[in-house]
Amino acid sequence: MSTHISPPAPDGAAPQAGLLPALHRVQADLGHIPDAAVAELARAHNLSRAEVEGVIGFYHDFRRQPAGRHTLRLCRAESCQAMGGDALAEHASRVLGVEFGATTADGAVHLEAVYCLGNCACSPAVMLDGRLLGRVSPASLDALLAEELPR
Amino acid sequence: MSRRIHIPRDAAARSVGADRVSAAVAAEARRRGLAVEIVATGSRGLYWLEPLVEVDVAGVRHAYGPVTPEAVPDLFAAGWLEGGAHPLALGPTADLPYLKGQTRLVFSRVGISDPLSLADYRAQGGLAGLEQALALTPEAIVAQVEASGLRGRGGAGFPTGVKWRTVRNAGAGQKYIVCNADEGDSGTFSDRMLMEGDPFCLIEGMLIAGLAVGADRGYIYLRSEYPDAWDTLEAALRIARREGVLGDDVLGSGRRFELSLFKGAGAYVCGEETALLESMEGKRGLVRAKPPLPALEGLFGMPTVVNNVITLASVPWILAHGGAAYAGYGVGRSRGTLPFQLAGNLRRPGLVEAPFGITLEALLHDYGGGSASGRPLRAVQVGGPLGAYLPASQFHLPLDYETFATVGASVGHGGIVAFDDTVDMAKMARYALHFCAEESCGKCTPCRIGSTRGVELLDAMLAGRPNQTNDDTLLRDLCQTLLEGSLCALGGMTPYPVLSALNHYPEDFGLAPKGKEDPA
Repeated sequence: MSTHISPPAPDGAAPQAGLLPALHRVQADLGHIPDAAVAELARAHNLSRAEVEGVIGFYHDFRRQPAGRHTLRLCRAESCQAMGGDALAEHASRVLGVEFGATTADGAVHLEAVYCLGNCACSPAVMLDGRLLGRVSPASLDALLAEELPR
Repeated sequence: MSRRIHIPRDAAARSVGADRVSAAVAAEARRRGLAVEIVATGSRGLYWLEPLVEVDVAGVRHAYGPVTPEAVPDLFAAGWLEGGAHPLALGPTADLPYLKGQTRLVFSRVGISDPLSLADYRAQGGLAGLEQALALTPEAIVAQVEASGLRGRGGAGFPTGVKWRTVRNAGAGQKYIVCNADEGDSGTFSDRMLMEGDPFCLIEGMLIAGLAVGADRGYIYLRSEYPDAWDTLEAALRIARREGVLGDDVLGSGRRFELSLFKGAGAYVCGEETALLESMEGKRGLVRAKPPLPALEGLFGMPTVVNNVITLASVPWILAHGGAAYAGYGVGRSRGTLPFQLAGNLRRPGLVEAPFGITLEALLHDYGGGSASGRPLRAVQVGGPLGAYLPASQFHLPLDYETFATVGASVGHGGIVAFDDTVDMAKMARYALHFCAEESCGKCTPCRIGSTRGVELLDAMLAGRPNQTNDDTLLRDLCQTLLEGSLCALGGMTPYPVLSALNHYPEDFGLAPKGKEDPA
């Protein structure tokens, strides 16, 4: 566990400064922030566990529970709305059989809303496991899911 | 002889298949026994044509797009290496009207060269601004930036020179340059394009800022939604350190500057400068009350310049060509250029760098080509989710900070999202309040509670509760509280989209159209 946690406090400033990078590392390795990591991060950064929980809870990126094997993030912001994003969102929710913010029953896909992926000139946009896709239609989303996530 | 083919590595171009096109080009060239060199560039910003492929024909770049992997064998057969005719052929790239009409100062290199070649960067005029700055006193650098009239491109429009002067005069000791690369506004992508397409330009701008104010440490706070920009910047920083652009001896000057990346974690409010600083300190991204200004007590309590990506990326051009040259563009107190970003329901979405003063009409129709759906454009949101909606009757307005302020709108970061006549403006107003509720940091009451009450109020209005006039009054009253009582722009500007929707499209809220509510 401790290999994840080497706080690169800039210029030796506040020890807490390494907390976000450390949380990113734990989540990149484990997919979520487990209880043990919270305790260890608290010790390493001279914080209470409650303070670490407070930081985790504030940021959309961090999760305390494991999510699905894949994460589909669908942009719900204005530019994508102007290009059929709402219909695409309904479609994604229907074909996956899951609400936004939840994981499919088989644990395959976690469906998430995101507010802007910076792909507004190719709206609507989604991101599957860090891979950005643009000009997505319900049909191309189906094709993507079939190709990338054989279930 | 090896032929050069340019294919973007920009995230948006890849999102519509640039990688697959690149692989197809390499495979087809191999099959035909042709020697081609594929250069991965940034995007030209002509996104409706992406993947846009440019073939170098005797030193002139010819554009083809949008290219699909399936079309590649056909393009070779049509002789595209010699600029051959093909339904996807667009002619010499530089002659495309969309590009030709632009004034690309900040984006002069984006889409043209390999973003990770420092030699290309130098050959295209890079580092000239830094070399100039190294020969100047800090005071003279600040004076150039002041003379340019450059204002913060993140949205607030605060004069950059004034901010730098404040930090410079803040005494000796540790100071920081922080680049705000938390580009979270919908409809904006110029920061991403610049970081992916010309990362050394941002690095150079931060170095110049460091020289000007006496800071030897910089950070780029980059949103986690931009993994491609992260990889490009990380590689560029490695090269800059290796080549002595960063480090203990910047370009042999004996001056020191270190620069690192910091990853955000999906909180929109961290685009607000004080929340961003809290986040860098490992805390919840809560907005700080001002004063103290970050220029005096910023990161770890030290004097800190916090500037947006495009602000900092404008600086190398200003130092290389002089502040007066930059101030020669633009109108009124809005000097220079802004990379406008055309998004949403437009036929030709993309990046248009133009001097301030260009009209919405020109951007939406001459560049944008009208709606993608073919229906009339009904509303345009300028400046991200906190920007006002403008109806067609305001499309003639010139885009500059002052003109937009007079109509209760903002230029913001230059993002322009177009909607056709199928848009429900009450729904968009509700969305603005919902977004504010989702992303509020919770520190001040108007934003934390007001946003949620606003959503409830709108839901009641839209459900057709009988006392709609009263709800309208309540909603306006709530907006006034948010405008006047919020700590930062999130709460303070959420009323812009809400009130503009209410004022320009009352019929969508079940209210009498403007001018008809009072028959007397």
